[in-house]
Amino acid sequence: MMKDTIIKSTLLVATLALGSYAQAAPSGQALGYTCAGCHGTNGASTGNAIPSIAGLSETYMVETMNAYKSGDKASTIMGRIAKGYSEEDIENMAGFFAEQEVHKNTNQSFDAAKANAGQALHEKYCDKCHTEGGTVADDDAGQLSGNAKLFMQYSLADFHDGSRDMEKKMAKKMKRMMKKDSDAFDKLVNYYTSGQ
Amino acid sequence: MSKQNRRSFLKTLGLGATAATAATYAPFAIGGSSKKVVVIGGGMGGAVAAKYIRMMDKSVEVTLIEANENYFTCFGSNEVLSGERTMDSIKFGYDGLKGHGVNVVIDKVIDIDASGRRVKTASGRSFNYDRCIVSPGVSFRYDKIDGYDESVANTKITHAWKAGPQTALLRDQIQSMRKGGTVIISAPPNPFRCPPGPYERTAQIAHYLKHNNPTAKILVLDDKEKFSKFGLFTAGWKKHYGYGTDNSMIEWVKGSAGGKIESVDVAGMTLSGEVDDYKGDVINIIPAQKAGHIAHVTGLTNDSGWCPIEGKTFESTIHKNIHVIGDSAIQSPLPKSGYAANSEGKVCAAAVVAMLNGDKIPDPSYVNTCYSVIAPGDGISVAMVYNYANGKINKVKGSGGLTPGKFDAKARAREQQNGYSWFDNITNDTFG
Repeated sequence: MMKDTIIKSTLLVATLALGSYAQAAPSGQALGYTCAGCHGTNGASTGNAIPSIAGLSETYMVETMNAYKSGDKASTIMGRIAKGYSEEDIENMAGFFAEQEVHKNTNQSFDAAKANAGQALHEKYCDKCHTEGGTVADDDAGQLSGNAKLFMQYSLADFHDGSRDMEKKMAKKMKRMMKKDSDAFDKLVNYYTSGQ
Repeated sequence: MSKQNRRSFLKTLGLGATAATAATYAPFAIGGSSKKVVVIGGGMGGAVAAKYIRMMDKSVEVTLIEANENYFTCFGSNEVLSGERTMDSIKFGYDGLKGHGVNVVIDKVIDIDASGRRVKTASGRSFNYDRCIVSPGVSFRYDKIDGYDESVANTKITHAWKAGPQTALLRDQIQSMRKGGTVIISAPPNPFRCPPGPYERTAQIAHYLKHNNPTAKILVLDDKEKFSKFGLFTAGWKKHYGYGTDNSMIEWVKGSAGGKIESVDVAGMTLSGEVDDYKGDVINIIPAQKAGHIAHVTGLTNDSGWCPIEGKTFESTIHKNIHVIGDSAIQSPLPKSGYAANSEGKVCAAAVVAMLNGDKIPDPSYVNTCYSVIAPGDGISVAMVYNYANGKINKVKGSGGLTPGKFDAKARAREQQNGYSWFDNITNDTFG
């Protein structure tokens, strides 16, 4: 591995010396800046359908981008975009977003009563993996609290109808939750949208 | 070697390379505190470049010179025509940039002294720079259509291709058109700002007419044989507005079938091509385009009428220390879009900061993402990732592309919502 890297690095020196940039490797910042047009400056989204990606864990971001790239995770547009990046690019941009502060969009409307009910559901079914509203990067899970409202509605619908895969324990909990309360999604989304 | 070590190692290599490039890009004032950048044009490219230079390096003094107090985005303006958006929703000011420490000057640039590194304005002020970023958007080749000029565009037959008062005028003309009248849109030859724009405009006007003047027609006279998102647009027109049937609200005429327009009779509201004349109740001429006015005044353009640039820095290949970004630049394969201008502004900003500090110019990455709304709840998109290799900008193979034709209504509704979030985020990223 080490030998391999040194050979690659020597090649890089050789290419630089020749004035060619075939081995170009944009920094995490350079890559991350290109995402901002859709996901907001430094990944802090102000739109209600496109999620914030600021402060996501590096592991989660790499996994997600690779799943988009391979088509394992369905999308409208991210699959097309993820295919433009190498493994190293994805690691670098994930590193950049992991360094940003988690952003909560507090300008979205929500129903207070539903949000209260959603809080109880969250604590019972979701909190174990998405602690503090899913804002803790160490969980390696998606951000929920303060994230884009429509994005969360889409995600829950996709998990529910099977168009998006989820871990077994999540599937189990979701099934149990929906059996008890068929309006659970609406309540959860209102709770997360409240940014608590 | 761990990942971190490998990165540090590469960083060290980068420093080595700096010594070599520093000679080429000697900063104007080594060791001095003066690092001055003047940005001309506060649209999608210029505003974001100004903001991001300040985000990357607070020691750089950035002055943005823009002729108007407010900017109206070109994207979203077609929805103003249909009433789905208000003019206010596409209007942006410069307080956000001031918050980043950008010195915003509302004035008109009349000349750039490239050798003296000085920008002169209509009010008689002059601004010195170490590096100048020019982002003036497009200007129009009125001479390609006999009888058309700026005063006609401002009063009777709009281009509405720079959003603002003409957008409102065209909207009002459509709304007050007689029942069963004809709206004519003349679409320009390539290259032009916002390639899908005329066809989204067609859809948005059709959406308005369908609900308010259902016997009206739209005639699209195109200079070209084909256009951006062709399959998606024509399928969308068919789905919502009967395109291709006897009862279609939209008729599209390609260039070889008589779509090329040569002259306009303003009083008679008639367009003439090689073969046919077309009479309309409302006419919208989107003229052929070239780089913004100041680019021509400064001699930044070549015979094509656009500005040749180096794709890693966007520095002009004609005048040193002047960079050109956005629609005015020859940036192909990047399109002339707001998102591309945003991406170019950041690549240029990073290069300018590095050049001012005598650092290695960072390797760039670029993206374009563009949404069009065919009808409420029905959005389509195109995207592409670009890299810089072998001395030029390239599309990354296998990336990007159009909304898949097989998308169902649910996916298309999400595309529209994503398009709206795109609007919120790109405008906030640029002006916020």
